[in-house]
Amino acid sequence: MTKTILVFLLLASSLSARAALDPAQVNQLAAEDSSDKVAAIQQLTQTADPDAVRVLKAMAEDSLFLAGDKAVIIDGDKAFNAATGAAIEMPANPESVTVNNRIRGELANALAALKLFDPEAAVRLASAQKLQSSVSPAMAPLLARALEKESDAKIKALLVLAHAQANLGNQDPEARMAAVKALAETSSPTIKSVLLPLTEKAGEPDDKVRYEAIAAVKAIDSRLAIAENVGRAFSGLSLGSILLLGALGLAITYGVMGIINMAHGELLMVGAYATYGMQTVFRAYLPDYLDWYLPAAIPAAFFAAALVGVVMERTVIRWLYGRTLETLLATWGISLVLIQAARVLFGAQNVEVANPSWMSGGIEIMPNLILPWNRIIIVGFAMFVLFLVWVLMNKTRLGMFVRAVTQNRAMAGCVGVPTARIDTMAFALGAGIAGLGGVALSQISNVGPDMGQGYIVDSFMVVVVGGVGQLAGAVWAALGLGIFSKLLEGWAGAVIAKIAILVAIIIFIQKRPQGIFALKGRFVDN
Amino acid sequence: MRKPLTIRILASLDRKAWLALGVFLAFALIAVPVMHLVVPPESAFHLSTYFITLIGKIMCYALVAVAMDLIWGYGGILSLGHGLFFALGGYAFGMYLMRQIGRDGSYQSDLPDFMVFLDWKELPWFWTGSDSFGWVAFLVLAVPALVAFVFGYFAFRSRIKGVYFSIITQALTYAAMLLFFRNETGFGGNNGFTDFKRVLGVSITSPETRLVLFGLTAIALAATLVFASWLVKSKFGRVLTAIRDAESRVMFIGYNPLWYKLTIWVISAMLCGIAGALYVPQVGIINPSEMSPANSIEIAIWVAVGGRGTLIGPVIGAFAVNLAKSWFTVSFPEYWLFFLGLLFIVVTLMLPQGLVGLWKKLMDKKGAAA
Repeated sequence: MTKTILVFLLLASSLSARAALDPAQVNQLAAEDSSDKVAAIQQLTQTADPDAVRVLKAMAEDSLFLAGDKAVIIDGDKAFNAATGAAIEMPANPESVTVNNRIRGELANALAALKLFDPEAAVRLASAQKLQSSVSPAMAPLLARALEKESDAKIKALLVLAHAQANLGNQDPEARMAAVKALAETSSPTIKSVLLPLTEKAGEPDDKVRYEAIAAVKAIDSRLAIAENVGRAFSGLSLGSILLLGALGLAITYGVMGIINMAHGELLMVGAYATYGMQTVFRAYLPDYLDWYLPAAIPAAFFAAALVGVVMERTVIRWLYGRTLETLLATWGISLVLIQAARVLFGAQNVEVANPSWMSGGIEIMPNLILPWNRIIIVGFAMFVLFLVWVLMNKTRLGMFVRAVTQNRAMAGCVGVPTARIDTMAFALGAGIAGLGGVALSQISNVGPDMGQGYIVDSFMVVVVGGVGQLAGAVWAALGLGIFSKLLEGWAGAVIAKIAILVAIIIFIQKRPQGIFALKGRFVDN
Repeated sequence: MRKPLTIRILASLDRKAWLALGVFLAFALIAVPVMHLVVPPESAFHLSTYFITLIGKIMCYALVAVAMDLIWGYGGILSLGHGLFFALGGYAFGMYLMRQIGRDGSYQSDLPDFMVFLDWKELPWFWTGSDSFGWVAFLVLAVPALVAFVFGYFAFRSRIKGVYFSIITQALTYAAMLLFFRNETGFGGNNGFTDFKRVLGVSITSPETRLVLFGLTAIALAATLVFASWLVKSKFGRVLTAIRDAESRVMFIGYNPLWYKLTIWVISAMLCGIAGALYVPQVGIINPSEMSPANSIEIAIWVAVGGRGTLIGPVIGAFAVNLAKSWFTVSFPEYWLFFLGLLFIVVTLMLPQGLVGLWKKLMDKKGAAA
């Protein structure tokens, strides 16, 4: 209790002494003993006076000197009285004030704390943020004062936290109680670690405060868990978007031609390398517009992958019509050739594809939950591509033909649909969409010759679960698999998650052999 | 009246085929040991250790290829996960070989080195009995059979077929590979098993042991060929071929395809397990990369190159592709993948019946011309 009164007295005295600094304190800065210096620095800090900033800054810059028994600041050929700031005559032989590392650290802290009183809101904000991780109990009165003066809501919230943290070391159990209560509202792992010592008898003698601290840690934990799961679900959503871009093309080609293209992952790779190529071109010829290489890469990747797809369809796949298992092997052969070609052309190492500056950073939703822009953009991009494909499939003549061939090839041929040309077009479209997937993938993972291999099994699983011939199945399956696998990964680890999903798919197929959305029809055999 | 089984087995191969098998076995069991041990190293007829290991390895692959042909060529089921069964057999036998190291490992412990490294104090439960040759020999057959049975039952029951089935088998071996890559799984993580010292108490690297393993592999391959040719000519084999060609019709006649498919699937997996168990002591290492999807697809290309639906085809294919591989990877390592990729494309496009089909066509043309 006496301590609090003392603090109040100190506060009151420093408030009244606003006009000028106490010369005794200023002179103490030049004391022989380091501890005396530290005490003086702390006392000066408590005044929150702009003059104190001036003096402490001078001390930090080694321009504080002792002339006789007075502290003076010497700036070039001018000298000032440290306490009043008045210009004085240059003293005869000033002694420099030693600033060792301990003092230097103390000065840095003091100056940072004094920034809380800076007229610029941005400076105050930065200082308050910095204080979150380095607050000490001695700062409590200062923070209380800063809190009183602060008008900006955001800074105020930060100050409340800092003040509460500082008060955790307060002698008064009530002050500690209030501090714990204030901190219980937060959801940051650093605050949790600050509170943890108070949950034990050694760290907190008062039972009530300790129970409050335990409850607070629990509350923070549950909020952290929510944030973590939301974060996982979001990264699952972005994984699902990539899977969707991979699976859309696969679903179209499987639906139309009944073949699975094992080189589909390598078409993703082609798209990613096209992005890399576009970046190289922009670096060389349009360095000022480098940030815009990505939009330019989208058509490039689409057409590069579609071209590879057309060549594949015309030279190999067309000749294997009706022999689906052999097509599997032939397209696997194509994938080997494409991988090796990428190795020969670009080297076996991964190439570097940088995010444009407008894609870096993210939205901070909670202290430990940041949604990165690149993933948000990928999700949006996947939705956009999905929309385009939907329009193409449902609102155009080409889409109608594709759907017709998917449902009944022979009948479509009989009514005049050019099935062979539709095959090529559908294959090119599927390949192009894979190329777009490659653009998206290049922004969140490595671009290398083997990159397509990792996604191919997952993309197939999407097609298997989603069923053939309808976009809705692929969409639900891709997003579901993406989110499900990321959530499982968090609980059980990546490998167990993969195995669990495979088992789940096998069980799922027992119930729905045709996938979530089966085409309605009366087939015995295909 | 049905003839006794031995007669039917003998009758499953014609005189020419028996003669070929006899020559093959005589070569493997008599000529190779003589050329390796007796013929001096500087002679042109001397067979090096490298050669014996290479051919031994390829005979194991040929055994896998025959197993693959049974389900693909005769059952119409393309598995892209047969490497899994091969690796399971290899791992089962590898456990025994690890235990045979005894205290000669780098940590001089009763436990295999990798367990000491992980600070494990005792063997996990599934290593129980791994020091007994008989139990491990049982595991070599039982583990692949069990995995194949459980997976196959659910897959065939829901009538998953065609590319769906192929993709799911690929996912299966991929998942297993990830599982075996983990150190905690208890099979040595990504290093797998290696540094074997002895088998049945004798040194594993001595020329005699190598020749015995070589001979055993040759016998296993020959026995598999005889068994397979009997199987595909039996009533079971005929129903199986019918299922391959028209599954619905076979069902309408009153057969349940599930058990036919499941039986051949499990037999095929067991044959792969045997091949894996013979492979590991000869090559001296087994690790999870054997389960990679790429390895399993390569098995399919051996069969395709040789000619599926024939029994000699897979053997020829396994030899042709693997000899080419060992030549390429030494002489032109960067072109091997191009060659393999083009092989996949060319064989499926131009040689649907493989080398055997090509040979038959040429013979027919000759016959027609004469």
